[in-house]
Amino acid sequence: MNIPADLKYTPSHEWVRVEADGTLTVGITHHAQDLLGDMVFIENPAAGRTLAKGEECAVVESVKAASDVYAPVAGEVIAANGEVESSPEAVNKDAYSAWMFKLKPANAGDVAELLDAAAYQKLVESEAH
Amino acid sequence: MLKHTPLNATHRELGAKMVDFGGWDMPVNYGSQIEEHHTVRSGCGLFDVSHMLPLDIKGANVRAFLRRLVANNVDKLQVSGKALYSCMLNEAGGVIDDLIIYFMDESWFRLVVNAGTAEKDLAWMEKMNADWGMGLTLTPRRDLAMIAIQGPDATRVLNEALPGVDQITANLKPFNAAAMGEMFIARTGYTGEDGFEVMVLAKSAPFFWKALMEAGGKPIGLGARDTLRLEAGMNLYGQDMDETTSPLESGLAWTVDLRTERDFIGRKALEASEVTKQLAGLLLLDKGVLRGHQKVHTKNGDGEITSGTFSPTMQQSIALARIPLGIAPGEEVEVEIRDKKLKAKVVKYPFVRNGKVLTA
Repeated sequence: MNIPADLKYTPSHEWVRVEADGTLTVGITHHAQDLLGDMVFIENPAAGRTLAKGEECAVVESVKAASDVYAPVAGEVIAANGEVESSPEAVNKDAYSAWMFKLKPANAGDVAELLDAAAYQKLVESEAH
Repeated sequence: MLKHTPLNATHRELGAKMVDFGGWDMPVNYGSQIEEHHTVRSGCGLFDVSHMLPLDIKGANVRAFLRRLVANNVDKLQVSGKALYSCMLNEAGGVIDDLIIYFMDESWFRLVVNAGTAEKDLAWMEKMNADWGMGLTLTPRRDLAMIAIQGPDATRVLNEALPGVDQITANLKPFNAAAMGEMFIARTGYTGEDGFEVMVLAKSAPFFWKALMEAGGKPIGLGARDTLRLEAGMNLYGQDMDETTSPLESGLAWTVDLRTERDFIGRKALEASEVTKQLAGLLLLDKGVLRGHQKVHTKNGDGEITSGTFSPTMQQSIALARIPLGIAPGEEVEVEIRDKKLKAKVVKYPFVRNGKVLTA
């Protein structure tokens, strides 16, 4: 299973990288893209949008199905990755370099509530059956 | 407990992603669904469709039975091996199932019915057999496996996998079949490409599958089967029509024979019904993906998408939708996708046939 140890995770299968300046980079996990299959459409939130924790803020669609992406913590969208919108298959190739959007968290401490790699792995295993 | 086809272990050895498909443990893909789709349009794909049920009907009155049982006219079948696509309707004119009927001889017709409806179909047919005093024998053929070999390279692959079979494939026209013992070779499919659906004894299936792969056939999952059939404009039972919908509002009027006087189940209801809807093709003009059950707004009222997907061949989203009559190809409609209304164009379907895009 591809779950990098240096990232944080959500139960809804987003990965979160805490950058040096405290901002967060967000994408969907390798496991999520594996469940969905070939990606054909991605819609990111616009920069400047304020998100509540758990708010539906992006959509990923594979040939098979559409899936919502949720804000891992409350915050403001400071950037959206236009490249994954024009090449959604990048998420299938490498889910952890194909980031979707960047967030400035409302409270830096909220990041502590996210899952670490071990906890996320446990979650994925428990969902496997 | 999920049902297994005779090729279940083969799929697992090939690393397929398996899913619960209406109670059957089936491969949805073996890697990339989109690559599998392109393989069938450009080369040769292999599908395990053994979850579908071949059903032999034998006896003196088979033709008379089928004349009453199904909406299409089995009297179109006069040459041995000829196939006919038809709906089997209930008294209200709703679709119990869509099926293929092969005429072998006057005392043997073979039907192939959908997996999810097989038990219901069989019960319905047995009831009619008894009610009408037909005295026929209906035999479900779960001892057979069915492999579809589809794509422009299908004939070469089949000929190479089964030396000698070219004596049959060379003369087999589309929508015809030939039987040799328990092997049954039909030039039919669900992809819009040339190809075959071959039934073999279940115990021969893994070996036959491997021989087809050795000859260059690539395994294709049910995911690509759905995008291929939708591009080819072929209905899927349970999505595009079911027991509550009329074939006349499901793009299947061409399969309902009302020209002859033949009395078949559902005919009276269809003739008394008013047709107000049509099944139309949609091409999404904005970015996004059309999906089943999305609402369609037209100038004549609302409709609904019955099947939608992203077309790998066209690199654009396509759909079949049940919309009001009077909306012609070329007209624009709006589709509700989440909180947005996106523009789509009504188009004629099929969208793709024999590797070529027909719709622009």
